[in-house]
Amino acid sequence: MSIGHTFLGLLESGPRHGYDLKRAFDERFGQDRPLAYGQVYSTLARLLKNGLVVVEGIEPGGGPERKRYAVTDAGVTDVEDWLARPERPEPYLHSTLYTKVVLALLTGRSAADLLDSQRSEHLRLMRELTRRKTDGDLADQLVCDHALFHLEADLRWLELTAARLDDLAKEVRS
Amino acid sequence: MSVARDAQAADDGARPGRRPLLTATGLRKTYGTTPALDEADFSISPGEVVAVMGPSGSGKSTLLHCLAGIVRPDAGVVRYRDRELSAMPDAERSRLRRDEFGFVFQFGQLVPELTCLENVALPLRLGGVRRKEAERRATEWLERLEVAEVTRQRPGEVSGGQGQRVAVARALVTEPRVVFADEPTGALDSLNGERVMRLLTSAARDTGAAVVLVTHEARVAAYSDREVVVRDGRSRDLTREPAA
Ligand SMILES: Nc1ncnc2c1ncn2[C@@H]1O[C@H](COP(=O)(O)OP(=O)(O)O)[C@@H](O)[C@H]1O
Ligand SMILES: [Mg+2]
Repeated sequence: MSIGHTFLGLLESGPRHGYDLKRAFDERFGQDRPLAYGQVYSTLARLLKNGLVVVEGIEPGGGPERKRYAVTDAGVTDVEDWLARPERPEPYLHSTLYTKVVLALLTGRSAADLLDSQRSEHLRLMRELTRRKTDGDLADQLVCDHALFHLEADLRWLELTAARLDDLAKEVRS
Repeated sequence: MSVARDAQAADDGARPGRRPLLTATGLRKTYGTTPALDEADFSISPGEVVAVMGPSGSGKSTLLHCLAGIVRPDAGVVRYRDRELSAMPDAERSRLRRDEFGFVFQFGQLVPELTCLENVALPLRLGGVRRKEAERRATEWLERLEVAEVTRQRPGEVSGGQGQRVAVARALVTEPRVVFADEPTGALDSLNGERVMRLLTSAARDTGAAVVLVTHEARVAAYSDREVVVRDGRSRDLTREPAA
């Protein structure tokens, strides 16, 4: 996630202090991972250096938390470009799960057990997210659904691999 | 591929401290030469939602049919509240299915000639409830399933998602102790499938019904408390307790 672009977008509605920005970010996009203050101020310092934000006012007392930041025209253009540019889809070609399955087969360990326990771990998390989604608002639903669809894709792969394990074992050992 | 299953298959996985409502041990069922179930075990407690997962043809529906007393297993025992299903006379098993079990299938379960209201009221009418009372309760369930708008329509005139919610209302109207749902979202898109699952599981939790949920979709199974995987006619409880 690009914290810088997100800050710029949040600043479009008006100037804010670093602390406000962090709170707005955590509320909307933080999910389970709130930003660290260090991250907030290093991001703002970078945006400042690149001319994407300016310090609009400093309240007495000093320290970074006293500064109010405003987005510049260059900053607005930067957000616009970011939103217009499609994200590169994850290629998903380097998978720890795949590596574990092949390694289990190579070393004569049970790949079937590995797949089973991974499968139930995935489903456990899917249950948790489903509960959270059921109790939450539409924003929670969207965030949880995004995760659920990805976990489901993993799970389908685990099932398909379990069904192909005998063939894979032959190939790996030959 | 045959995946050998170990002693864990015999573990019924029931929650500690709760007496199981419905259990099956050592179920076998063969159709001609096709083994559909091969030493399958199962257990569900009151109020529990258990997903039965597994590839197509693995025996999920056969397991559900045996548990519900629709199909008689070749070997093994199904017990419902201390009584053996296969030892019951047919008439009593039918009564059980009508009064204490509810059913939701993938499609084709509503009577096309009846309105949705009449469809939902039907199980109550068959159980001897008078028309007015049956329709009052059916109306409540249609509202609860968020399909009050189709009350006077026939199943052929409603959408797939609405029809399935009517079917859930019909399954729950008698407040059964066990709901058997076989791929209840199989014919629905994601959004309608989610809605059916949310309403089905919350209604079941409110009435204390146990739900046997057959599905091959993980997002649907995620509405359960626990999952049992069927492979080549054998069942296995794979649920992991949440990390402490
Ligand atoms: N009534 C039946 N007659 C003949 N074969 C059947 C019948 N019902 C199920 N089978 C066979 O039993 C096996 C298990 O079927 P089923 O329980 O429907 O699996 P699932 O629901 O997991 O797809 C399959 O090979 C299927 O073809
Ligand atoms: Mg089936």
